[in-house]
Amino acid sequence: MPLIWLLAAIAVLAAAGMVLGRRRALASAGGDHRVLHSLPSYYGTNVALFAAAPALLVMAAWIVVQPLYVESRVATLIPQAEYSDEGELSLIMSDVRRVADGLNQAIRSGAISAEEVRDMRADVTDVRDRLAQIGIAVGSEVEQTTLTAAQQYRTLDGRGNVAMAVFVLLLAVGGFVWTLMKTDKDYRARNSVENAILTILVAASTVAILTTFGIIMSMLFETVNFFRQYPASEFFFSTTWDPSFSGRGGSSELGIIPLLWGTLYISLIALLVAVPIGLFSAIYLSEYAGKKFRSIAKPLLEVLAGIPTIVYGLFALITVGPLLRDAIASPLGLGTSASSVMTAGLVMGVMLIPFVSSLSDDIINAVPQAMRDGSLGLGATQSETIKQVVVPAALPGIVGAILLAASRAIGETMIVVLGAGAAARLDLNPFEAMTTVTVKIVSQLTGDTDFSSPETLVAFALGLTLFVITLGLNVLALYIVRKYREQYE
Amino acid sequence: MTDATAPAPGARSRVGQGSLLRQDTRTIKRNAAENRFRIYGLTAICIGILMLVFLLTSILSNGLSSFRQTTIQVPVTLVADRLDPEGNRDPAEMARVTTFGYAPLLRDALVGTIADAGIETELDAGDIADIVSDESVAQLRNFVLANPDLLGQTMPVEVLASGRIDGFFKGRVTYATAELDQNISPEQLRLAEALKAEGLLATGFNFDFFTAPDASVTRPEAAGLGVAILGSLYMMLVVLALALPIGVAASIYLEEFAPQNRFTDLVEVNISNLAAVPSIVFGILGLAVFINFAGLPQSAPIVGGLVLTLMTLPTIIIATRAALKAVPPSIRDAALGVGASKMQTVFHHVLPLAMPGILTGTIIGLAQALGETAPLLLIGMVAFVREYPDAPWEGGLFDPATALPVQIYNFTQRSDPAFVERASGAIIVLLLFLFLMNLAAILLRRRFERRW
Repeated sequence: MPLIWLLAAIAVLAAAGMVLGRRRALASAGGDHRVLHSLPSYYGTNVALFAAAPALLVMAAWIVVQPLYVESRVATLIPQAEYSDEGELSLIMSDVRRVADGLNQAIRSGAISAEEVRDMRADVTDVRDRLAQIGIAVGSEVEQTTLTAAQQYRTLDGRGNVAMAVFVLLLAVGGFVWTLMKTDKDYRARNSVENAILTILVAASTVAILTTFGIIMSMLFETVNFFRQYPASEFFFSTTWDPSFSGRGGSSELGIIPLLWGTLYISLIALLVAVPIGLFSAIYLSEYAGKKFRSIAKPLLEVLAGIPTIVYGLFALITVGPLLRDAIASPLGLGTSASSVMTAGLVMGVMLIPFVSSLSDDIINAVPQAMRDGSLGLGATQSETIKQVVVPAALPGIVGAILLAASRAIGETMIVVLGAGAAARLDLNPFEAMTTVTVKIVSQLTGDTDFSSPETLVAFALGLTLFVITLGLNVLALYIVRKYREQYE
Repeated sequence: MTDATAPAPGARSRVGQGSLLRQDTRTIKRNAAENRFRIYGLTAICIGILMLVFLLTSILSNGLSSFRQTTIQVPVTLVADRLDPEGNRDPAEMARVTTFGYAPLLRDALVGTIADAGIETELDAGDIADIVSDESVAQLRNFVLANPDLLGQTMPVEVLASGRIDGFFKGRVTYATAELDQNISPEQLRLAEALKAEGLLATGFNFDFFTAPDASVTRPEAAGLGVAILGSLYMMLVVLALALPIGVAASIYLEEFAPQNRFTDLVEVNISNLAAVPSIVFGILGLAVFINFAGLPQSAPIVGGLVLTLMTLPTIIIATRAALKAVPPSIRDAALGVGASKMQTVFHHVLPLAMPGILTGTIIGLAQALGETAPLLLIGMVAFVREYPDAPWEGGLFDPATALPVQIYNFTQRSDPAFVERASGAIIVLLLFLFLMNLAAILLRRRFERRW
C-alpha cells in the first residue's frame, strides 16, 4: 500500500501547510491580522494547495503513463517469432502481467523471497506450480520468455514506483517550502488561492468537452479498424445482416440497412402513438384544464418519463407482446412472435408521451396571450383559436419536440432488446420480429468479444452511425426551437 | 375563421331570423367541433394515465408474489461421522465433504418427517427430496461449516421449497401443468399440500430476496438481489462523489465566471448535446476508454459509476445552473458591495442559497442513473456474480458486481417462468428506490425552496 502512504504523506504536508502558512503570515504581521493583505486562512490554504496540487497531478499522470512505458519496454524483450500480430502480443503481455502480479503477491505473503524471484528460471523451477502452492492461480504454463519478461516487468515497475514516490514527495515538499518562504504580510494569498480555484472550475467544465471527444475518438478509432477489414460500401448498402459466429471475417454479411429499417419502423410506430397523444394532452393541459386537474394530471403523466426503460422492456416482454400476439397477430395470421415491431413501437410510444407532452406544453405556454385574445375577440371558439392560431404559432417548437422524441426513439435500447426481437429482417408486417441498431450493438458487444474481428468491431461502426443520426436530429431540433424562441422574446 | 368574418349572404339571413335561445346549425356544428376537440384532449390524457396504471398493475400483479416464499420445516440430524470424517471439527477439513454428502441427510430427514406426520405417499425418496430446492443443501452445508459445534445434534431447519412447489402455492403451477412438466409431478404437489395441512410447509415473507445473491438458472427460488443492490449502491456512491463536485464546479464557472467566448460556447453546446446522446453510446465509450484503454476490470462498480457519472453530469449541470440563476442579483451586489471578492461572493453567499436546488437536481440525476441499463450491459455487468463485493475501502469498487436494472435484464433472459416473477419483483424494488429518491427531492424542494 505505498500509494496510500504517499497520499497520506501529502495530506499531512497539506495540513501542516494550513497551520504553518497561517502562523507565518500572522508572525510577519506581528500578530495583527489587519496588516495582512488577505484573511489569515488564505495564507494557510495557499501553502496547502501548492504542496498538494502539483504533487497529486504529477502522481495521477505518472500512474497513467508508467504502465504504458513499462509495457512498451518489456514488449521488446519478447522475440518477434513468438507472435504474428498485435492481438497475440497483447495476450502474451497479459500473461506477463499475471505472472508478475503473482510473483509480487508471493513476495508480499512471504512465501518466496525477492532474491529467489530474481534468480528464478523456468527450466529449474516450475513457476506455475510454485505459485499454485501458495494459492495463486496462473493460467498457462510459464515459459522462459514470459518469466524473463515478468521479471523485467517487476524490476521496471518497482523502479518506477520508487521514482514516483521520490519525485512526488520532492515536489510536495518543494511546493510546501517555496510557498511557505514566500508567505509574508504583503503576499497576495487570496488572489493566488482564487486563481487556483478558478483553474479547478475551468477544468471541471472541460469534462463535457472531453466526454464528447472521448465518445467520438473511441468510436472513430475502432470504426476505422472495422473498415480496414470490411468494405464500407458493403456495410452501408448491403441488405443482409448475417454475422457468422465461428469464422473470422469473410463469411459474415454486415449490412446496416435491415437494422436501420427496423429502427426507423419501430420509431415511426412509437411516434404515431406518442405525437397525437402527447400533443393533445399538452393542448388540453395548457388550454382547457383547470388548475386542480392540471396539478394532478401533469405529474402523473410525467411519472411515465421517470420510469426506467428496463421496466418498459419487461412490460413489452411479458404483457404487451403476448397480448398483441393472442389478440391480433395470431387470429389474423400475421405472425406468431410475441416480440414484434408493434410491441416495441407501442411501448416506446407510451414512454415518449410525457416527453412530447411536456416539451409541447412549455412551447404552447410560450405563445403570447395576446394572440389568443385577438382570435377569441373575433369570435373564434377556443378550439378554432388553438387549431388556427396557437398551434401554427407554436409549430416550429412542436416540430423540434417531435424531432427530439424521434432521436430518443432511435437511441432507445432496452425496450427493443426485450420487445422487438433479434432477427434482422426487411419486412412491412409490423407483427413480425425485427431488430434495431441498438439491439445489435448490445448483442455484438456482450459475451465473448474479440476486438480484432469485424463481428465485434461492427458494433462501433453501428454506434457511430447511431451517434451521427441522433446528433443530427438534436442539432436540427435545437436550431428550430432556438430560432422560434427568438420570435417572441 | 375567414368564414366567420365574411359569412355567405344566405347565412346572414338565417342569423336574422334566429333566436338567441336557439342555436343555428352552424353554431351547433362549431360547438360540436369544440366539444369533440376537448374530448380528444381529455381522451389523450386518460390514455396516458391508463397506460401508467396498466403498466404498474402488470408489474405488481406479476411481481408481488416474489416477496413471499414457500419453505419447509425439517428437523435434520447432523450425523457427525458423515459430515466430519476426521472428527476434529475443523471447518477446513469439513469443507472436503461436498453437497453430495449433505443431500442424503436432508432427504432422510424429509422422508422421516413425512412418515412421522402420517402422510401417505407413493413417491420414492428421490422424488420426495425433489420438492426441496437444490440450493437448500448448499445452505445447510454453509450453515454447518459456520457452526461446526452443532454436529451430532438434530436441528430444526427451514429449507426452501423448489421453484415449482413455490409456484404451486402462488398459483403459477397447477395439477394440469404439472402433468406436462417433467420437473414436477401432481403426486409431489399433493404431498406439498399435505405438508401444508400439517403445518410443516408455509409461505412467508421472503427476506432472502433482498439479501441473497443471484442463483443458477435452475434455482429461481433462491435468486435474490443482494449483490445487485450492493452494486447499484456502490455505483451511486461513485456517481455522487464525482458528478456532484464536477457538475457544481462546471456550473459555477459557466454561470458566474465564464466570459462570452468560443470556449464557453463549445462547453455549452457539448453539454446540451451530451444530454441527448443515446445512453448506449456511453456504454461504448466506457468499454473503449475505461476497460480497453485504461485497463479497469470488467463488471466493476467503478466503471459503471464512471460511465453513469458522465451520463448524469448534464442533468446535474442543467439543474445547478437553474438554481444558481434563481439566486437574485441583489445578493451578489450586496456581497460585492461590502468588499467580498467575486469568489467569496459565490462560495459564501450564492452557493449556499442555491444548495437546495442543486441537491434536488442531483437526486433526480441519481435516480436516472439508478434505472439506467443499456450502458451497463456493454461494460460486462451482465456477468453472473454470486460473490458479494468487498467494502468500498477494501477495494470493493473494483470487485465484480451487478446492478439492479441489469439483474432484471438477466432474469428476463432465463427460460423458467419463475424468473418473470423475480424480474417483476426486482422492478418493484427498483421503483420503490426511485420513488423514495423522488420523494426526497420533492420534500427537499418544498422544505427549502425560497421565492425571492
